[in-house]
Amino acid sequence: MTTAPPQKPHSGLPPKPRSAVVRDALGVGAAVGLSGFAFGVTSAGAGMTLAQTCVLSLLVFTGASQFALVGALGAGGAPLPAAAGALLLGVRNAFYGLRLSQVLGLPAAVRPLAAHWVIDETSAVALAQPDRRLARLGFTVTGVTLYAGWNVTTLLGALGAAALGDPAAWGLDVAGPAVFLALLLPMLRDRSAAAPSARAGAAPAPGQGGEGTATARPARAALLRHEVAVAALAVVLALACVPFLPAGVPVLVAVLAAPAVLAVAALRSRAAARRERSAAARAEEA
Amino acid sequence: MGVWIAIAVTVAGCYAVKLLGLSVPAAVLERPLMRRLAALVPIAALAALIALQTFADGRTLVVDARAAGLAAAAVALLLRAPFLVVVAVAVVVTAAVRALTG
Repeated sequence: MTTAPPQKPHSGLPPKPRSAVVRDALGVGAAVGLSGFAFGVTSAGAGMTLAQTCVLSLLVFTGASQFALVGALGAGGAPLPAAAGALLLGVRNAFYGLRLSQVLGLPAAVRPLAAHWVIDETSAVALAQPDRRLARLGFTVTGVTLYAGWNVTTLLGALGAAALGDPAAWGLDVAGPAVFLALLLPMLRDRSAAAPSARAGAAPAPGQGGEGTATARPARAALLRHEVAVAALAVVLALACVPFLPAGVPVLVAVLAAPAVLAVAALRSRAAARRERSAAARAEEA
Repeated sequence: MGVWIAIAVTVAGCYAVKLLGLSVPAAVLERPLMRRLAALVPIAALAALIALQTFADGRTLVVDARAAGLAAAAVALLLRAPFLVVVAVAVVVTAAVRALTG
């Protein structure tokens, strides 16, 4: 929903009291719940009705997707491309759920209910706990606080925006891009914030678990480079499409930057391996 | 009506994705390629949305007060401002630039 604190490894943490977990969870939930206000204002500014805005926060409950949807619809995008763009941002929740299902060990009957709360912040808090009991506690308290806060402040934001009149005059149309930027920058700097499923859990992340060895560093730098390349290429693709494609579609084209960068990286590492092999062969001949 | 259709698709899709993660066997999503794509797709989408919502006006590209607001948000982020402050700074700077430039 907003910037999640960097993931801490699940294992190897000292035991901590339940009250500390509750305090952390309440803090994260309350701080982020407040930002529903920004969504309420943005959604109303994009032309959504009060009911539409509140249904989004109640039933979608994953902030980046909500901002993306109202942004695309507000710009005149067609319903399905707008929804597709929102779904692309929601994909990361599947990877949070993957890790959470191992950490929380939920019974099948509870899973459909818990699924609704699988988002950045609940995952960050739950995955930072040293054992299953505290992870469940952290997940639940963050979920309750955040869900309540996000929905109440969405309502207040939407009502407030209606009172303000033209949102563009107040600069409220940049709330969405500002939120996206706040989400994006940590992903470029620290991969664990973008994909906790890859890092949080069994193995401590390089540089976080006290094993930031020389062997771990080059991989980390490479990851960062790919992420910046994807962001830059996505921006170019999106803006290049604007004159030619209807609103909502350019973002779908821009997402192709992700597989494109991965493909180029794979080709380059394969070429480098070939060069190394032939250099080794020449050295042997000489 | 179109808006409600978009909302319904988003509600169903976002929930399905969340439930999928909790329900599928880990091996399916844990492949290295899937993990890399899952990390990179939101980055591409966010970067594109930032650019589009800042520089697109219908089917034309413009640099207007929104760019100033976004730049201010970037500065606030680099100074490690809290989330709500970042959004507030962007909004206030955009409004101020609009007011000044008429």
